[in-house]
Amino acid sequence: MDSDDDFMSAVSSEDDILPDDSDNDDLSGAEDFDFDDEPDPDLGMSKDIGRKRVAYDISFKVYQPADIQKQQDDLINEVNMILDISKEEAAILLRHFRWNKERLIEDYMDAPPQVLEAAGLAQEPTSLPRLEVKPGFVCDICCEEGPGLASFAIKCGHRYCVDCYRHYLSQKIKEEGEAARIQCPSDGCDLIVDARSLDLLVNPELKERYHELLNRTYVEDKDTLKWCPAPDCQNAIECGVKKKDLDKVVPTVSCLCAHRFCFGCILSDHQPAPCELVKKWLKKCADDSETANWISANTKECPKCNSTIEKNGGCNHMTCRKCKHEFCWMCMGLWSEHGTSWYSCNRFEEKSGTEARDAQAKSRVSLERYLHYYNRYANHEQSARLDKDIYTKTEKKMVQLQKESGMSWIEVQYLNSASQALQTCRQTLMWTYAFAFYLARNNLTEIFEDNQKDLEMAVEGLSEMFEKPVTELADPKLKVEIMDKTSYCNKRRIILLDDTAQNLADGRWTFNVELTGSAPTSGGPSNRR
Amino acid sequence: MALPKRIIKETERLLAEPVPGISAVPHEDNLRYFDVEIHGPSQSPYEGEVHFAVRYRWRGIFKLELFLPDDYPMTPPKIRFLTKIFHPNVDKLGRICLDVLKNNWSPALQIRTILLSIQALLGAPNPDDPLAPDVAKSWKENEQAAIATAREWTQKHAVPN
Repeated sequence: MDSDDDFMSAVSSEDDILPDDSDNDDLSGAEDFDFDDEPDPDLGMSKDIGRKRVAYDISFKVYQPADIQKQQDDLINEVNMILDISKEEAAILLRHFRWNKERLIEDYMDAPPQVLEAAGLAQEPTSLPRLEVKPGFVCDICCEEGPGLASFAIKCGHRYCVDCYRHYLSQKIKEEGEAARIQCPSDGCDLIVDARSLDLLVNPELKERYHELLNRTYVEDKDTLKWCPAPDCQNAIECGVKKKDLDKVVPTVSCLCAHRFCFGCILSDHQPAPCELVKKWLKKCADDSETANWISANTKECPKCNSTIEKNGGCNHMTCRKCKHEFCWMCMGLWSEHGTSWYSCNRFEEKSGTEARDAQAKSRVSLERYLHYYNRYANHEQSARLDKDIYTKTEKKMVQLQKESGMSWIEVQYLNSASQALQTCRQTLMWTYAFAFYLARNNLTEIFEDNQKDLEMAVEGLSEMFEKPVTELADPKLKVEIMDKTSYCNKRRIILLDDTAQNLADGRWTFNVELTGSAPTSGGPSNRR
Repeated sequence: MALPKRIIKETERLLAEPVPGISAVPHEDNLRYFDVEIHGPSQSPYEGEVHFAVRYRWRGIFKLELFLPDDYPMTPPKIRFLTKIFHPNVDKLGRICLDVLKNNWSPALQIRTILLSIQALLGAPNPDDPLAPDVAKSWKENEQAAIATAREWTQKHAVPN
């Protein structure tokens, strides 16, 4: 079975606004999976949907553990047939070539011995691995000998007793988490222990672990595959977005487990901000740079002992608590030099004083600007958390509502979608503030801020309705209002994301920080508020 | 727990046919714990004081401790310098950065081969893969001065008493 290039069209498309009903209809099989890794964020038309896909959407596909296994098996079978080598050897070769089948076949055709050696395979003809009892055998690991001591060796002939071999393999698998590159126990021997030899030696539990680890290397070896980072989720996501495209798209994907995350950086959904801004923002929020900023805006240092002083009232006559140095808060000069003009510093208008004041003012403005965006960012983050709490209560509300108003389960689902919309929109809003912090001021920014304002107002409106007590929720009028507001919120979110993503793809945003890649950086910091 | 045959055989051979410049003696009350002495290799700053007439006035002798964990030889022995040494791949606690003691360990390796590797490491410090960054830095910036320091430390700490 080898149909190709229709995985590009098999996308979870515009209905990912409600993550819980994400489609699994295109999961039917792994065989329609194309192994060419073409860079294709696919921002344009989609063949099977036949209408314009929204700009922020990117194509991806979710694979469950069985799919991943099947993909590997298919590839192994194919190489096994084309190159006339055993399946175990095919698997080792494929792993060595990071599952690039074409390159493997090409290189192998050119020079089989070199390829085999580099991958850790012997060149002798294949024979079934088996245990042997050799007369006069002494195990180099445990130094045991004697008649009837079963021993094992892979093709290199480094022979050890079965117990040691077993012990060695379980050490590698259990303690070191190694699977794809378990080498012969002999020092300096690069030959790889293949899966069939392993199956012969170890117990079923270890065998299972071994194959699990092998599966893992398959996903980790391929750039187009990534594990879903949600706890206990075993699915992998395939997406064609390349690292170099990350300044143009925010590749948000959603797993079958309903977890939504960015394929570029594995953090949870951070649309509309591109990965690099997110990284910068998180670092800015996490590190001490802003503490330093606050200190420089609000404190001065004692001119003598350099202790940091915050002036919280009183006159300009400062006496340092530590070194007892007396100075003027205004000019930082010695208090004794002030002579008779005590309590009104006549050196205030001097040049040095003006400069000091300017430096302080500048520092305050940039601090205030940061705090403006940070407060709103943090507020939405917290509200999203609170909305989640409310949702757990809502579930109870829904049950209660069914009892009290006689509504059916399906009729109270509107609360569920309202809650989902609230959380998704808040997540988006949160990142719009981080995004806006790095935006230079221009017309696009005005439009962006309008969109942001609209979404924010809608979300706050919905949030308010959502908190009403059950008795009011039963009112059919309110129900209609909530449903309207929910879909309005979702629509506003799409409009905002669509706009930002389109401009990002076209490289139209101007940021006040340097973004690696092709993003324009002109306009720069002069546009700060 | 009875001592595995492998350890008994290795110990026997270490005592019967010792490696030149290396000695490893197990404790009587714990046969997995060894007192090790390694002579600084010649032509290295760990060699000791060379005197033309007698070749050596004294020799740099480094004490190490070696412990064989329960799952030896599946896991490598644990080894640590007890004598202070100025070397880019040995930190101030005496821990050693050596590939065969970590991921390149093979159960077919032995105490004997490991100690030889450590002796070779003394002869060929590798400042590009440092465990003691400050030592490695001085090694890369001014090798002559670093070697002089290593010699000085050898004189100070690795003298036989």
